Amino acid sequence: MRAIWLTVLMAGLAACSGAPTTEQDPASVEDRSAKPVTKDPATTGPIAKVDVTGTRITGQDPAVKTGVLAQRSIFYDLDQYDIKDQYKPLVEAHARYLRDNPGRKMLVQGNTDERGSREYNIGLGQKRSEGVKKMLLLLGAREEQIESVSLGEEKPRAEGHDEQAWSQNRRSDILYQGEY
Amino acid sequence: MRKLLAALLLCFATSAAAQLSIEVTGAGSQRIPIAIAPFAGEGALGQGISSIVRADLERSGLFRMLEVPALNPPLTEASPVNHAEWRSRLADALVLGSVAARPDGRFEVRFKLFDTVKGADLSGVAYTMSREQARTTAHRIADYVYEKLTGEKGVFSTRIAFVVKRGDRFALQIADADGAGEETALVSFEPIISPAWSPDGRRLAYVSFENKKPVVYVHSLADGKRQVAANFKGSNSAPTWAPDGTRLAVSLSRDGGSQIFLVNADGSGVRRLAQSSGIDTEPVFSPDGGTIYFTSDRGGSPQIYRMPAGGGEAQRVTFEGTYNVSPRISPDGKVLGYIARSGGKFQVATMDLASRQVQILTDSDKDESPSFAPNGRMILLATVNAGRGVLFAVSSDGRIKQRLPYAGGDVREPAWGPFVK
Repeated sequence: MRAIWLTVLMAGLAACSGAPTTEQDPASVEDRSAKPVTKDPATTGPIAKVDVTGTRITGQDPAVKTGVLAQRSIFYDLDQYDIKDQYKPLVEAHARYLRDNPGRKMLVQGNTDERGSREYNIGLGQKRSEGVKKMLLLLGAREEQIESVSLGEEKPRAEGHDEQAWSQNRRSDILYQGEY
Repeated sequence: MRKLLAALLLCFATSAAAQLSIEVTGAGSQRIPIAIAPFAGEGALGQGISSIVRADLERSGLFRMLEVPALNPPLTEASPVNHAEWRSRLADALVLGSVAARPDGRFEVRFKLFDTVKGADLSGVAYTMSREQARTTAHRIADYVYEKLTGEKGVFSTRIAFVVKRGDRFALQIADADGAGEETALVSFEPIISPAWSPDGRRLAYVSFENKKPVVYVHSLADGKRQVAANFKGSNSAPTWAPDGTRLAVSLSRDGGSQIFLVNADGSGVRRLAQSSGIDTEPVFSPDGGTIYFTSDRGGSPQIYRMPAGGGEAQRVTFEGTYNVSPRISPDGKVLGYIARSGGKFQVATMDLASRQVQILTDSDKDESPSFAPNGRMILLATVNAGRGVLFAVSSDGRIKQRLPYAGGDVREPAWGPFVK
């Protein structure tokens, strides 16, 4: 071991006593100093930071915060999109409210549990929210009053990783304009 | 002399290698043994060039690093090389270099690569750079060495995007391929998913929920300008770039359901591509732009299909199992990477598109969002480790696995950027 390092060291010493770096054979080193490493935006460009945290909305609308209208969530079984009987009175109440208040608008957000592809879960959540919208329309609400969207698995209500949490996260939420 | 050597041996710089957790299985011992000497004068930069080159090459799983002590006087690219001596130390390749301060405050970095087996000088490069460009320059040197010795392009100079959740904030981050040099492109109280690099690496398309619904944006990284690419009624998600960089394929629910559309990057010219009764999402173009692969549950369970990029009849591609999602196509167009669920585990799989041979690459159970390196050699993915989202890279043959070091937050949604000119 020591002998090897001695040899390496001697080579290093020999190099040092020789010509400086700048005088080495230019043919063996491709000198790109005329074209220095530029700050290519695609590799190292400074990234402009955009902050959209100012857009948080916490709307309050007393008219839809009492009674059955205060109930805003519909929960689902695994891989299910149909509205269970227990949630039908809730949907009926909101449909009645929309029918009686044609100026009001609503956002229905479909959600899924955390398992599987985030984008595929957007699709699954969309199926849930469109199911709610369809029932609201059948009960007399109008198309332009309702937008159904999906948050997929991105906004879990329960943060756990078991069926108890997942059952809370497979749901549709109803928001009225001013709340979103 | 003996004392001097002992002191030198203590100087072995091994910290860079120690931070990495790389797992090489199977025939991984076929790695090229290489010695990379500390670059003379690199201490003036504050951070070593040679340690980054070493870490890059080691992380590829294709090289085995031989330790070289810091000698005094140090070795430089101009030092005479005793090839037989290096070979006897089992080095097949050797990199020597130096860093010199210039009168203008910049630095000149020179290096040379030697093939000690052939006794050949494989030439080298000199770079002029600012102190801040040390990391970039080191990655470029690693790319140079990698390409000379393996025959394929290195990806050390490329960048990755990912999303990190810290507390109630979501941030879209851009970092070097090794996970270092991180910068924030976007910070929001609402989720950000599905970042997708434009082919020129200057823009990212992604889905942001800042308006309480999924909206597709195109974000120019250098100036932070954002343009809405898809904000139709309903959900707008799953953006992917056409290879020409002018159009995106997206999944929209504006006509009901989740269906695949083409839209110009500025949001104009939206056009529906296919019609199904189920969920169609996660479109991705083949590298030649002729085919779109996507996820659909039209057959009862989510599976991967393909169709002509101009629209037309879809063919099913995956048949094994009841949950195959998140298709990605290798840069050569020959391999489909995706997420397969089997036995309740979500894992990265590949399918050779010619033979239809399927291989599961990981042994984790919550893998998501696979992303090919632009040379096709590695696949970046997100998984969950000890309850927290982390990034891993796995080689396309499954032999090499490494976790990207990252200290803070819950990390997800990685996307590997393109080669950079």
